Amino acid sequence: MTIFDFFRPTRSAPVARDRLQILLQHERVSAGASDLVAILREEILAVISRHVDIPSDKVQVKMQRDEAVSTLEVEIELPNPIRRRAA
Amino acid sequence: MSQVLVVTSGKGGVGKTTSTAALGAALALGGNRVAVVDFDVGLRNLDLVMGAERRVVYDLINVVQGEAKLQQALIRDKRLETLYLLPASQTRDKDALTSEGVARVMEELRDSFDWIVCDSPAGIERGALLAMRHADVAVVVTNPEVSSVRDSDRIIGMLDAKTEKAERGEYMEKHLLLTRYDAARAERGQMLKVDDVLEILSIPLLGIIPESDAVLNASNVGSPVTLAAAESAPARAYLDAARRLEGDVVPMIIPADKRVGLMGKLFGRRAA
Repeated sequence: MTIFDFFRPTRSAPVARDRLQILLQHERVSAGASDLVAILREEILAVISRHVDIPSDKVQVKMQRDEAVSTLEVEIELPNPIRRRAA
Repeated sequence: MSQVLVVTSGKGGVGKTTSTAALGAALALGGNRVAVVDFDVGLRNLDLVMGAERRVVYDLINVVQGEAKLQQALIRDKRLETLYLLPASQTRDKDALTSEGVARVMEELRDSFDWIVCDSPAGIERGALLAMRHADVAVVVTNPEVSSVRDSDRIIGMLDAKTEKAERGEYMEKHLLLTRYDAARAERGQMLKVDDVLEILSIPLLGIIPESDAVLNASNVGSPVTLAAAESAPARAYLDAARRLEGDVVPMIIPADKRVGLMGKLFGRRAA
């Protein structure tokens, strides 16, 4: 803060623009990703359901986003005894 | 060919209802048959802004549920012969709006109107989704302020994913309406500029509505600003925006109120 800042109005709009640009870049990607996770979960569930009886909440799909790679974690819980569907 | 237009924003209080009334009246002034439809069930206000609050008998939910005919619920504007209002219900639960029912009412409206302007509720829930569902074109109302821009970005994403048009794989036409703009503050670096918002949201600009007393005055007396104060800066901006919706090419200026005089001339600069 110098004496000159006192005479100049605060220019906060450029800060607003930069913050928005960074935030929205991130939010657009994660909105797209959550759609992807939902689609993957549904299709994985469909494939498994063709062969085994499985409650729909037993398939969990999570995406972990890191700088170099992202990982997809798929957890499928099969209740015992495993009930195979007739082919 | 009738056009269904949704006026939406995500964030509340940015001017959806004001803009619905102003654009609806402007389109009707241009000779179109226009129906403005309030989708804000439980918090209806379009009737009040249009000055028709004492003439509401039936509402959108009555029509959706088959309790009233569309013609019984439509309220004809007292100033403009070709402008009609379909109010929302104030008392009923918003779950009473069924997707099929809304689809049927929109089809019926298309038969008798050139423009159907849907005033969306705030938020990204069911009511907002139903309001945008059948739209051919969307107007995204945004204030030059961070939370409004962020919410508009979210709504743009939903327009591209959750509308019938998007689901058919067609391009959803979207326009930005920047409201409550203060050119002088933007010039001083205290408010996001038109170009900043356009760059961030990257949808075409429909109009810039300057901050003005005329907007509040118009809602005080229950009249769309385009009728109450047609010569005012916001009214001229809305009238230009309506012409652009109809496909006219109108130069983009930020109108200034005459009362502002010299300052208005200094800062009522061209944009975009």
